Amino acid sequence: MVLFEDRPLLLLVSGVVTLLVVASIVGSILSRRVTSGSARATVDNINARIRAWWVMALLFMVAATTGRATSILLFTLVSFLALREFVTLAPTAPGDHRALVWSFFVVTPLQYYLVWLEWYGMFSILIPVYVSIFLAVRTALAGDTQRFLERTAVNQWGLMICVYFVSYVPALLMLRIPGFERQNVKLMFFLVMVVQLSDVLQYVWGKSIGRHRLAPSVSPNKTWEGLIGGVLTATLVGAALWWATPFSPGVAALMALVVTTMGVAGGLIMSGIKRGRGVKDYGALISGHGGVLDRVDSLCFAAPVFFHLTRYFYVN
Amino acid sequence: MIATALAAVSRLIAGPTVEWLCDPSSEAQRIYFGNHSSHLDFIVIWSALPPRLRRRTRPVAGRDYWDRGTVRRYVSSRVFRAVLIERGQAAGHNGLVAARESIQRMSDEMGDRDSLIVFPEGTRSPTGEVATFKSGLFHLSRLRPDAELIPVHLENLNRVLPKGEALPVPMLSRVVFGPRLEMPAGEDKQAFLTRARAALVELKAV
Repeated sequence: MVLFEDRPLLLLVSGVVTLLVVASIVGSILSRRVTSGSARATVDNINARIRAWWVMALLFMVAATTGRATSILLFTLVSFLALREFVTLAPTAPGDHRALVWSFFVVTPLQYYLVWLEWYGMFSILIPVYVSIFLAVRTALAGDTQRFLERTAVNQWGLMICVYFVSYVPALLMLRIPGFERQNVKLMFFLVMVVQLSDVLQYVWGKSIGRHRLAPSVSPNKTWEGLIGGVLTATLVGAALWWATPFSPGVAALMALVVTTMGVAGGLIMSGIKRGRGVKDYGALISGHGGVLDRVDSLCFAAPVFFHLTRYFYVN
Repeated sequence: MIATALAAVSRLIAGPTVEWLCDPSSEAQRIYFGNHSSHLDFIVIWSALPPRLRRRTRPVAGRDYWDRGTVRRYVSSRVFRAVLIERGQAAGHNGLVAARESIQRMSDEMGDRDSLIVFPEGTRSPTGEVATFKSGLFHLSRLRPDAELIPVHLENLNRVLPKGEALPVPMLSRVVFGPRLEMPAGEDKQAFLTRARAALVELKAV
């Protein structure tokens, strides 16, 4: 276990646990204070979210600190569940059945197997190039031409978001950064912590001082105040975590700013898809949060950008 | 044991959300009637029941399919104690007699303890649309007025494992157990079947 050899990593883990303990205490105080009906519902939802955060954070930290195999397995499972929620919502036709079987049982495991092999060249083009061609052909062979473009596009985008983008999180482990060897798990922590904290902070800022709606038709609860407050504080958190990364404090702040901005974009895009299909959440697996895809929507879009920025500037 | 394992696998594949509009743990004998679009339908309904009630809830299935081959025969007769009936009989008088016999068998097999799961459309719908009901449900309900008729709506299973496909796509599905269907005395067959189908379709909007 790398956890006890790596002091900064141990600090990160203790930090997350401390944060969760504080959140649980605040949650129970709120729960005792509140009396009115509508506030009650909000507080109950907050407490359900905090409990779910415990489970998710512990799962992530155990998987990440145990090793590469468990990290990859965890995100394979995340992709699988996310893709399932995405496809459930997508208007697929019977002619897509075989292509979907391939997506779930061949493409998803294969993508993560490439992460395991650390075969960057194939990992980065499997889904955008080979799978996109193969699945379109497979659908064409099924013979149903109704809404053909729409259906193949949906299938392809589902794989891009739920599998390709998500696989960039454990792919961070394959980057060879001089002077940072065998410490990449902290990059994963940095990304996941900053993005998820930014979601929480946007929620907190929005609930406390939110006034001006950002995009009422897409995501009614998002406000400009929440967005700016959340992104700025998450950027500060990112800067404060520079010691756990190969970055200087300034670069850590910039990276945090980029990934939180990507996270906001991801949240909006995924909301747009949901609203377009007439639902509020992708699923009900995580109590208080909705589905897996509702939780990882910001991570999906932040991970590939974070990976490529780090790779471009830090891997020679 | 095998049944529980199969139920767990089906839950993993079909990820059903279950909703009850009637008492889930009622001890009453019941006839659950569902819309049929996939081979998974029965097992998904069955695994949504409280474990205590599963052992006494039996599917009604076509003999032509489920009495063929060792595995199918074992699963249908031993694991789920299915009531196997003849399907697609000849038209006319002989067909009518055979159909009556099947209904009588279902009623006998229920005894004073078991519940049944039936699919009154008679076959799987390829689109997920609910087809018109065959008359079996009507005759069964007349034979067993003591049993509660419970409509069960299944959503998305035709996308998980459509007719003619061997491998499932693991999508999320939904099972809604509706309120008990009343049986006013003197209602004729057609009116009953239309009402039963409507009660089932209605659950889609729940």
